[in-house]
Amino acid sequence: MSQGVGVVGLYVRDQDEALAFYVEKLGFRVHTDVRNGDYRWLTVQHPEQPSFQLGLFAPGPPVLDAATAQSVRAIVAKGAMPPLVLVVDDCRAAYDRMSARGVEFTQEPVDRFGTVDAGFRDPSGNGWKMLEARR
Amino acid sequence: MEQDPELLRRLLRAKDRMDAASHEDWPVARLASVSGVSEAHFARSFKQAFGVPPHRYLLTRRIERATALLRDTDEPITEIAFATGWGSLGTFGRTFRDITGESPGEVRERARPGAHALAPVPACVVSAAHRPDLTMAVSEKRRRDGGGTNGADEKEVP
Repeated sequence: MSQGVGVVGLYVRDQDEALAFYVEKLGFRVHTDVRNGDYRWLTVQHPEQPSFQLGLFAPGPPVLDAATAQSVRAIVAKGAMPPLVLVVDDCRAAYDRMSARGVEFTQEPVDRFGTVDAGFRDPSGNGWKMLEARR
Repeated sequence: MEQDPELLRRLLRAKDRMDAASHEDWPVARLASVSGVSEAHFARSFKQAFGVPPHRYLLTRRIERATALLRDTDEPITEIAFATGWGSLGTFGRTFRDITGESPGEVRERARPGAHALAPVPACVVSAAHRPDLTMAVSEKRRRDGGGTNGADEKEVP
């Protein structure tokens, strides 16, 4: 595939913390981690999804002024950003694995509509649903 | 005054805990300890952060969950009342009608035919889309609606 969505970014409160979460707890890989002064372009990738990068961006200068950055951090911390969905083969196994690594689950796996879903948050407050792929 | 994002993240944790177990009792002391703040600070901060007092938020989540169960299951209404955290069927029915304007039985009848059209949307999102928008206290809503319901069994916490 040569056309399509390549990067979608999340705002995180701390890029080191987010990196540790997405890589060590969720099993993503670092795709790009480059700095230019205070600015850091950081993206991670699901190991089975090479065409897509998830950006982990810190709100702040030079992209956002300090007051706007503070508002963005508050919105993320309130869980007001739109939901993200992680698709897995086995929701309960993923739940067990991720719980053991200290992921903050907001909903245990539940059977619904012929599949299983759970919910968790990253340290910043971004909310994920974890859905078992329909077979 | 703007709230500290670190505090908001901890308040969100209390909100998440209510979401995960809205059938349980959530006195302010319990919520405050989840967020790691004093009780007085918690109630005020929660309302400022999320626009509704914690107790009213819990009520909306219970009604939302009851609505989902009415729509998606064949559980008797009595079972749903207890499963969603009410102490009696009477309180459930009265509060449900006060908030949604319909009885649980009416909602069940109306919601069922369309349920499957929503199957491709994650269940939590469907559920949230049906969350009642409770902008005033239930007792106030009762008063304005002029309904002769007797006594607010659900006490509002500031």
